[in-house]
Amino acid sequence: MKEFIFDLATIYGNQPTHLLQILRAVQSRFHHVPEKAIEDIAALLHIPRTRIIAVAEFYSFLHLSPRGRYELLISDSITDHMLGKIELMVYLSNKLRVAPGQLRQDGLVSLNNTSCTGLCDQGPAGLVNGYALTKLDHTKAGIIADLINQTTPLPEWPSELFSVTDNIYKPGLLLNCCLDKGAALTSMFKRGVSETLTEIDRSGLRGRGGAGFKTALKWRFCSEETEQERYVVCNADEGEPGTFKDRVLLNSYAHEVFEGMTVCAAITGSTQGFLYLRGEYLFLYDKLQKILDERRQAGLLGATVLGRNFNFDIEIHLGAGAYICGEESALIESLEGKPGIPRNRPPYPVTQGYLGKPTVVNNVETFLAAAAIAVNGGNWFASAGTEKSKGTKILSISGDCDRPGIYEYPFGTTIQDILNDCGTSGVLGVQVGGPSGVFISNKEFNRKLAFEDLATGGSFIVFNNTRNILDIVQNFTRFFAHESCGFCTPCRVGTSLLRNQLDKITGGHGSAGDVVALEEICQLVKTYSHCGLGQTAANPILSTLERYPELYQSQLKKISYEPGFDLDAALETARRMANRNDKAAHLAQIGEDHD
Amino acid sequence: MTKTLIIDGQTIPFEEGQTIMEAATVAGVYIPHLCHHEGFTPHGSCKLCTVKVNGRACTSCTFPAAEGQEVVNNSKALNDDRRKITQMLFVEGNHLCPGCEKSGNCTLQAVGYHLNMLDNHFPHFYAKRAVDSSHPDVMIDHNRCIFCTLCARASQEKDGKDVFAISGRGITKQLIVNSPSGLLKDSELDVTDAAAHICPTGAILIKRTGYQIPIGERLYDHHTIDEISFAVSGSRPSTALPPSVAVESEKD
Repeated sequence: MKEFIFDLATIYGNQPTHLLQILRAVQSRFHHVPEKAIEDIAALLHIPRTRIIAVAEFYSFLHLSPRGRYELLISDSITDHMLGKIELMVYLSNKLRVAPGQLRQDGLVSLNNTSCTGLCDQGPAGLVNGYALTKLDHTKAGIIADLINQTTPLPEWPSELFSVTDNIYKPGLLLNCCLDKGAALTSMFKRGVSETLTEIDRSGLRGRGGAGFKTALKWRFCSEETEQERYVVCNADEGEPGTFKDRVLLNSYAHEVFEGMTVCAAITGSTQGFLYLRGEYLFLYDKLQKILDERRQAGLLGATVLGRNFNFDIEIHLGAGAYICGEESALIESLEGKPGIPRNRPPYPVTQGYLGKPTVVNNVETFLAAAAIAVNGGNWFASAGTEKSKGTKILSISGDCDRPGIYEYPFGTTIQDILNDCGTSGVLGVQVGGPSGVFISNKEFNRKLAFEDLATGGSFIVFNNTRNILDIVQNFTRFFAHESCGFCTPCRVGTSLLRNQLDKITGGHGSAGDVVALEEICQLVKTYSHCGLGQTAANPILSTLERYPELYQSQLKKISYEPGFDLDAALETARRMANRNDKAAHLAQIGEDHD
Repeated sequence: MTKTLIIDGQTIPFEEGQTIMEAATVAGVYIPHLCHHEGFTPHGSCKLCTVKVNGRACTSCTFPAAEGQEVVNNSKALNDDRRKITQMLFVEGNHLCPGCEKSGNCTLQAVGYHLNMLDNHFPHFYAKRAVDSSHPDVMIDHNRCIFCTLCARASQEKDGKDVFAISGRGITKQLIVNSPSGLLKDSELDVTDAAAHICPTGAILIKRTGYQIPIGERLYDHHTIDEISFAVSGSRPSTALPPSVAVESEKD
């Protein structure tokens, strides 16, 4: 092991910034991060062991105790549930003879849930040793169980199991715009670098992650910083359940995305870029590295891009299962090899980002759009969309529809038009923007896709009339409690309080004051949380409570109060000790009988 | 010309680079806080010091003071919510004041009193947490840790060590110790370290000092935390710190 760790650390230059990458490799090799590895890494990287433990305990894909030689994770997104995930998990668990959350006694296999893997258009999905499995059913589950029980090495597994398709159903401005390699860079240098920034400004492009900050403004701020060492970061950590457009963009439009980053580097004066790729997209890693190599060969990256005095390269960092790393300052912390805990702002990344230097962080789709704008000009993009939301938005559509996949629409398109395209009937509502977005009911389908109406990072989940709204809300609320980084009190404690309170109500244990109590926690979490995760964690409850208050009320018992625990069950130990089981040794939950 | 901001209608001067909390402290305006401590890098995690700046909720220990800011601090709405945030901390861990040696000298408890906290309000988590009594002079009761990171910052910034860190994620967060065994006895912690004395709750206690100051004669037994905060130059009374640290902070 010592040699393995030594070589690994050497590859990464013994840099603490690469701790997460090192720990990913250790986890992959030893199926956990062993005590001995912690010791060796601490010595080689000159960091306290606590820093290594903190990283290992922060990311879902790293573990201090052993997982199976085959680590099987099943995606727990609501869309996977709708495609039969719960039943599939039971089946797999029986076939593999291991309970979810457990390691089988022989150490061969472990099974667990994982947050949305970004394959909602081809679920139920999963991961085996980090690699994506799609369209799981009984047949595939049976094959997988056999392969594991026969200890077949992963490279020998049938490739159909790992087949991931793009499913582009409605290309628009961006997805139809096929750029030749280097076209955006050539156009930029021909037009002039600052003139290209003007074009991006003219296009009205706003950040595609959902927050919608003006891209040209962000790039200008960065370029005007006095500090000369600057960074460009592409946020490919799309963890919002229901989003998978970046998966498709990186699979089929990676050249354009890297080119957009290079345009940004020329404008901001950066020499180093990073692609922060979510761990769930490990299957794209080799392909993307190959594309980066091709670009270096073609003189589109490296010391003299297009033969000019312009030096820029891109490095890929993999995440390890943490939704919070989609938040830009948490992403930067993660890039630095730390737990992904959002920073205090100000300062903003554009002045003090990676290693404290000015850093532009943009979404995958933003860089794609920037490359296309560099070629086609600002007016080309601005001609689509609305006054306040220029251009198009790429949506990841999943849930109850005939054709789940990728759709690109000009801003201003109504929800009804979108629903017509993807093939829906009997729609109850749509979750726009994922769990952190909003649930809109079938009375609101005339609303529009736009920053000024329904802003979204691209997640679009359709629910038909057979779905139970409270099941959906429960899935989302548990997701946030699981993904809260735990830095600030309101989110750390509040998201778990929300989960417990909602479970109490949906479990039929709620009484008169419990919905009010739920709403109170919602407001605290929303108002006082440190970052976007906490500030939106109550949205699933708040947006459905606003639209379907009777739904929540109907779950409540007709009593004024119920204790937070089962009184009779709590007496069990006492009964056993007293050797009694008569009527007087039992208690009913108080108040059950009267209105 | 000095720059000023307004807190609850009161005009307060500040220097460029100061946070709202720093400006308020100098001016003698108390903003409830737990993870903040003068002389340490602000952390901004407990969220008790949240104020409204021009209508927006901001963490005053990290948010820069700026000319003309209108800050709401001591409002009923904010204090009601601060009380609820404090109650969140109480139900998250296991805080049993009557049986805790820190009672009366405890910042968490004093903030609770200041905010008129009369119950825990939220359902308890009944978290199972350990006690580390391995060190000859110092003990950790994890039941009382609120993850303010003051011990970690003190160890790093004052003691030049790295004894403590916060690990885990979400509600499973935990204080960890930098030693091969994970126990305090195998760490570099010395009883004279600032890190051993900085805890705002009873999570880190010095052994064999229990009840040397009787209940009734303790820091917050006769004064509320907002009165005491300005009794000495710092935002924390010097009696809460060991002599070595107190001397140092008086020099500041």
